[in-house]
Amino acid sequence: MFSSKRSAFWIAILVLIGFACLVPGVAAAQKLVLTGSSTIAPLVGEFARRFESLNQGVRVDVQTGGSSRGMNDTRNKIANIGMVSRAMKANESDLHAFTIALDGVGIILHINNPVTSLSKQQVIDIYSGKITNWQAVGGKNARITVVNKAEGRSTLELFLAYFGMKNSAIKPHIIIGDNQQGIKTIAGNVNAIGYVSIGAAEHAAGYRVPIKLIALDGHEASVANVRNGSFPLSRPLNLITASIPQGLTKDFITFSRSQQVHDLIEAQYFVPVSDD
Amino acid sequence: MLETVNRIWRSGYRDLFAQTIIYIAVAFVCVVFIWILSDLIRGGIAHISWDFLIESPRDAGRAGGIGSILVSTLLLLLVALVVALPLAWTTAILLAEYVPVTSKFGITVRYSLQVLAGVPSIVFGLFGNAFFSIYLGLGFSILSGGLTLACMLLPILVSTAEAGLRALPDSYRLSAAALGLSRSATLFQLLLPAAAPTLAAGLLLGIGRALAETAALLFTSGYVERMPGSLLDSGRALALHIFDLSMNVPGGDAPANASALVLVALLLGINIFAMKLAYGLQRKRII
Amino acid sequence: MTDRLLRWVLRIGAITSALIMLLILFFLLLESWPALQQITLTRFFTDPSWHPLEAAYNLLPMLSGTLYASIGALLLAIPLGIASALFIVYYAPPHLALLYQRLIELLAGIPSVVFGFWGLITLVPLINQLHPPGASLLAGILILTLMILPTITLTAHAALLAVPDEFQRGAVALGLSRWGVIRGVMLPAARTGIVAGIILAAGRAIGETMAVLMVTGNVVQHATSLYDPIRTLAANIALEMAYAMGDHRGVLFVSGLLLMLLVMLLSGMAATLSNKHHA
Repeated sequence: MFSSKRSAFWIAILVLIGFACLVPGVAAAQKLVLTGSSTIAPLVGEFARRFESLNQGVRVDVQTGGSSRGMNDTRNKIANIGMVSRAMKANESDLHAFTIALDGVGIILHINNPVTSLSKQQVIDIYSGKITNWQAVGGKNARITVVNKAEGRSTLELFLAYFGMKNSAIKPHIIIGDNQQGIKTIAGNVNAIGYVSIGAAEHAAGYRVPIKLIALDGHEASVANVRNGSFPLSRPLNLITASIPQGLTKDFITFSRSQQVHDLIEAQYFVPVSDD
Repeated sequence: MLETVNRIWRSGYRDLFAQTIIYIAVAFVCVVFIWILSDLIRGGIAHISWDFLIESPRDAGRAGGIGSILVSTLLLLLVALVVALPLAWTTAILLAEYVPVTSKFGITVRYSLQVLAGVPSIVFGLFGNAFFSIYLGLGFSILSGGLTLACMLLPILVSTAEAGLRALPDSYRLSAAALGLSRSATLFQLLLPAAAPTLAAGLLLGIGRALAETAALLFTSGYVERMPGSLLDSGRALALHIFDLSMNVPGGDAPANASALVLVALLLGINIFAMKLAYGLQRKRII
Repeated sequence: MTDRLLRWVLRIGAITSALIMLLILFFLLLESWPALQQITLTRFFTDPSWHPLEAAYNLLPMLSGTLYASIGALLLAIPLGIASALFIVYYAPPHLALLYQRLIELLAGIPSVVFGFWGLITLVPLINQLHPPGASLLAGILILTLMILPTITLTAHAALLAVPDEFQRGAVALGLSRWGVIRGVMLPAARTGIVAGIILAAGRAIGETMAVLMVTGNVVQHATSLYDPIRTLAANIALEMAYAMGDHRGVLFVSGLLLMLLVMLLSGMAATLSNKHHA
């Protein structure tokens, strides 16, 4: 009886010490919170690390969840900056957008899938459930597993807009959220088809993840084609704020658009925007 | 005569049949349990080292360890317990010692806690996001995650503590009263120390439940895998780390497996310890 | 003096604990209110599909997904659970019974995300070989079965132990065989407790989120076979909450409210059953 009383006492002491250590921490650090697109998050995460090393006592937290979340959180003031991986729409003029890089959306397959190219119509037929076997597009005799993005992801919006489809017309087998989840799903299923950020796909392929980007209507899905504007499915990557950026927020956005981060952008297979 | 023998034979067959079915079912459950555990151990053991436990994750968790994740988890737990324990134990003392079982007040409180115990964790997540993160403006932080967990833990902490106090023989209270001790003195000098093992067991069970939680933390404590600098920073719990690695990180299976092994080992340890402390309570958590 | 002070502290603590439930209900209502005003209730059942960005909010496919998965899991877990309880109480030698009981209790301690992870790396690829895509209703049912099995086993165990000894002795004296005693006397006598446990398990299955989210593929549709992917209500909240705005967010809170009411109903049923049982 006595020993458990004593251990309860020690637990209480530990708890108090824990809090005592934490309280000063609450006041000290200057903090930025960024949420949004999973396409942009890894890149901005790298920015954040460099930014922190240049500015003592600053902390930058980056969280994913999709472009809509970025906009939502920025409007709700949970995040200082949102990450949105598409051009802003007319009804979003209350937000201030700053383009940091360009990216494309490419179709990915498992590396062991013999198919190397699909036409626009073939992609539409596969996604609307008219083509259900790889044989119909020159592959093996196997059922196609259609991987679609969850709603609220700008990759999905871009995909739908380009192919002129409505999400309700798509007949998916698996719904995914983040780019990485898409890549992981395709890497684990030889007969799956999906679409993700070209930057994320090339980055993953660099890690020997067994996926490949295929050509769309004869346009090679590559960073080079996004750069020269010949790849049809491309988009700007934006940072957004609810009001005109000031202070730390402004510093971070300026930093993200400067020459100082171009090497980071290229290392993640995105295209830096030339200074304008 | 023949009739009876026949009946015995038939019921003998039925007995044997039932017994076979039951043994098969039990064997099946055992095999699956061993299958899961051995999969976890086989997949994770190679990845576990001292460095894995203390390093921060790098490269989205593919490399590095789970040091910062463990710290975040611990902080979430501390916040949850610091808030939930006083509330839970005062409630339990009131229910067990001060109000009659049949009083309206006691029944209402108990009913509300019973409902709370059944609420799915994702609903706690919704509530935590709306109330702590947005309404109170705590954002995605360990504080709002911990407070959400505190709400979740309340019912189990109350019910275990109440059961522990009720299990004490009435002779304790009567003799204390006969000695002229005040009720508060009886409580602090006699009843609480005597119930300490069960209180501790309930505490451990609460810790176990909090460690296992994912859905309630998804939208409250957030996703950031770095070392938290304060309670207002976002921090990723271990269970959430496993979720993220296995769903969102290509090449994340091995570290996810190792993290899962760490989590399961922790939980098994805690549960076994709690069982040792107060056997009946473990069932209370499950039932 | 200290006694009175203590009483007040205790009372305040208890009232706070009781109020948390109301606070949760209040905030769920508050957040779903705008959506409920915009969208008439019937639309949750008559809209063409679940495409919140196209303002179509049909919850039925996810409701069916939730029910299929929970009912499937119950169908598997009830016989397994009751068999396990019978094994512990009547069939196993004492040390083995204790060992098996501990094993079930430890199974209950494995967190849902670990079950989900195991399902994702082991079950889904297995089912994929059988019938692509693998992430399916079947995977969800199997994982849920494992998760609710301990609840059913341990409640059934408790209910069987609570049956008075005379029942068993009387039945044995009548010359009934072991299975005859169990089927004819013990199971009927323990029925209320077992059913209460099953209801509790059903509540758990309906509310489970992460494990299901990880293995069911999350396509919003009415499943036509066990191999079809599905999405449950709880998984839907976890998937879409992060970026839902306006009415969409409101509808997710509505589905949270719906889940909570379902579970409240179930736990209320279980509570009345076991109260009757004890009385």
